[in-house]
Amino acid sequence: MFEYAPAPESRSVVSLDSSYGLFIDGAFDPAREGGTFKTVNPASEEVLAEVASAGPEDVDRAVAAARRAFGQWSALPGSERAKYLFRIARIIQERSRELAVLESLDNGKPIRESRDVDLPLVAAHFFYYAGWADKLAYAGFGPDPRPIGVAGQVIPWNFPLLMLAWKIAPALATGNTVVLKPAETTPLSALFFADVCRQAELPPGVVNIVTGAGDTGAYLVAHPDVDKVAFTGSTEVGREIARTVAGTGKRLSLELGGKAANIVFDDAPIDQAVEGIVNGIFFNQGHVCCAGSRLLVQESVAQELLESLKRRMSTLRLGDPLDKNTDIGAINSAAQLARITELTEIGGQEGAERWSPACELPDRGFWFAPTIFTGVTQAHRIAREEIFGPVLSVLTFRTPAEAIEKANNTPYGLSAGVWTEKGSQILAVADKLRAGVVWANTFNKFDPASPFGGYKESGYGREGGRHGLEAYLA
Amino acid sequence: MTATAPIGLSDLRSFLHGLPGVDKVGVEARAAALGTRSVKTSSKAKAIDLAIRMVDLTTLEGADTPGKVRALCAKGRRPDPADPSCPPVAAICVYPAMVPVAAAALAGSGVHLASVATAFPSGQAPLEVKLADTRAAVAAGADEVDMVISRGAFLAGDYAKVFDEIVAVKEACGGAHLKVILETGELATYDNVRRASWLAMLAGADFIKTSTGKVAVNATLPITLVMLEAVRDFRERYGRQIGVKPAGGIKNTKDAIKYLVLINETVGDDWLSPDWFRFGASSLLNDLLMQRTKLTTGHYAGPDYFTLD
Repeated sequence: MFEYAPAPESRSVVSLDSSYGLFIDGAFDPAREGGTFKTVNPASEEVLAEVASAGPEDVDRAVAAARRAFGQWSALPGSERAKYLFRIARIIQERSRELAVLESLDNGKPIRESRDVDLPLVAAHFFYYAGWADKLAYAGFGPDPRPIGVAGQVIPWNFPLLMLAWKIAPALATGNTVVLKPAETTPLSALFFADVCRQAELPPGVVNIVTGAGDTGAYLVAHPDVDKVAFTGSTEVGREIARTVAGTGKRLSLELGGKAANIVFDDAPIDQAVEGIVNGIFFNQGHVCCAGSRLLVQESVAQELLESLKRRMSTLRLGDPLDKNTDIGAINSAAQLARITELTEIGGQEGAERWSPACELPDRGFWFAPTIFTGVTQAHRIAREEIFGPVLSVLTFRTPAEAIEKANNTPYGLSAGVWTEKGSQILAVADKLRAGVVWANTFNKFDPASPFGGYKESGYGREGGRHGLEAYLA
Repeated sequence: MTATAPIGLSDLRSFLHGLPGVDKVGVEARAAALGTRSVKTSSKAKAIDLAIRMVDLTTLEGADTPGKVRALCAKGRRPDPADPSCPPVAAICVYPAMVPVAAAALAGSGVHLASVATAFPSGQAPLEVKLADTRAAVAAGADEVDMVISRGAFLAGDYAKVFDEIVAVKEACGGAHLKVILETGELATYDNVRRASWLAMLAGADFIKTSTGKVAVNATLPITLVMLEAVRDFRERYGRQIGVKPAGGIKNTKDAIKYLVLINETVGDDWLSPDWFRFGASSLLNDLLMQRTKLTTGHYAGPDYFTLD
């Protein structure tokens, strides 16, 4: 075999402090209560930094700062706000290497993805919403749409910086101010973003970052002076947030779990479908809420397709996330690894056939080999529950009607994929799928201009595109 | 139909059109993604030597003379006079008229001698002429024949004609290896590239080759990817391994390595050898030599440190 020599990206482009405070009112500040916690590199379990854990008083201060800044920020002409957003976007581009390395260090995702997917999209989101800031009157939400106020935003660990961009860019473009809580296991890129805001000379208080675990998020969501709550994460936590917010008059958008169907018809371009399946479930170690974790294959091509898929999976390279040739990085945390392990064991117990390519896992860190389960039915737990890891469940179907029925037979509805060479089939099937995004002959493609969000237990509200503005306009 | 192909000639059309489609966006994205693989230090050194051993060093000019061909053969035998550890190329590729000259110059070297017979590059000549061209080249010492298919017949849907021509040329080759040039730039679609690949393999090609190097679009990564998938699937179905040769426009080491990565991650080890993969190139070799020297000395040497042809 032609072995590639290790090609690690240098981590010296990022200088990490040993500890980080909260970013409130334009300054870093230790938590007044709540102490600190450590964030680790999931690929090596090495402690990267100590981060402040915000308690209720800290959240109060952050919300108060955002409230003070709101008056001035919302009164600025859209074109002025746009200047700040453009400036932030350009600084992100300039510092993208640093940010990509940091993201891979803290999250465990391959540098190939943080460098080629995450960071370009992060910059694109700021550029895109910068463009909207002075055109809100033409967005279709009335002649004079107004910002809501202070937005409390809670984001997950799978795309720390990208989810930040999805939340902060439209909020600022529409004149809101924000208090954002990044995930406990991946706070570092948000804290670096705070530095980007300072570099862009964003007025103090417009963006505030409070780090901490679930409690911090709960304080933020429940805070009486927060006008709008935006959350991306698990359906379980989403439900809790919906309960908290119910009756308060706060606006709420939720982007939650998924168990997407990736439907392959017998006339599909097989080689590209295999690529799409791989990209659908093994991209970002399967830590993607819209991951194509349920493969529905037409029975007549199932065997052929599975052979191709297994062959392709055998070429996936798992290991050091900072190596440019790595396809599959580390699982984000020990807790997530335990959950993936538990659910896959259930899959085996329920009688599905498990397969992974020969794959050496590093000694340290949190790792899980890419895995597929064949012979899965709708009655298996692995076909119903979101695993949020590199685990694919393969089901079969016989007719288009059956494919649609099975695809929709899930509590979720975030995304779906359709693979066929027949254009009419794509349109007919996509029309009947109850999912926020349907990809045709591709998967996991994102663009700031394209709205994203779910049906059913995958949440409500849309992010991205013109629709994404609506969530931040009164 | 050859013994390995259990389909009737009358079914050829439905067979070729029943092959899985190729999604243009998908195949181009995949090729681009593989193009970002990072190959450095020790793996780059291995890749460069392998690429040199895969080069079909080519001169196909109207102005070719015995002197030019002899010079090329000398270069193919010893690409880097300053470094005896540098391997020879796979083959020298010339027009049929130049085969006797090249055969004499390559005698005993182990370097193969390929000739572009069959009314290269247009293929627009009667079959008898193509066969005579082939026989003459083989008789003069070519052990590899690069033939062009009738793109006109293929595009007109006359698959049987293309098939029969390949079968006839293969027969005329005798013991020589047959590389079938699809001229993929003129076939225009990836679906056509896949169909033409299968057609050539069913008819008995030993190698399938992208291009003559004489049209606007020659070898590209996605086209080569589609052809690699075809040889992989063909071997799975009929148990016979076919080689692949991208030709035209591959000018530097970086590009050559991208092709090696493509093989590595599509068909694997079995094709990572000059027996199963070739680069049809004339200017690629000097860049490979330059990069090779850079890896050993740490410095780039100027073009004057490498032979002209």
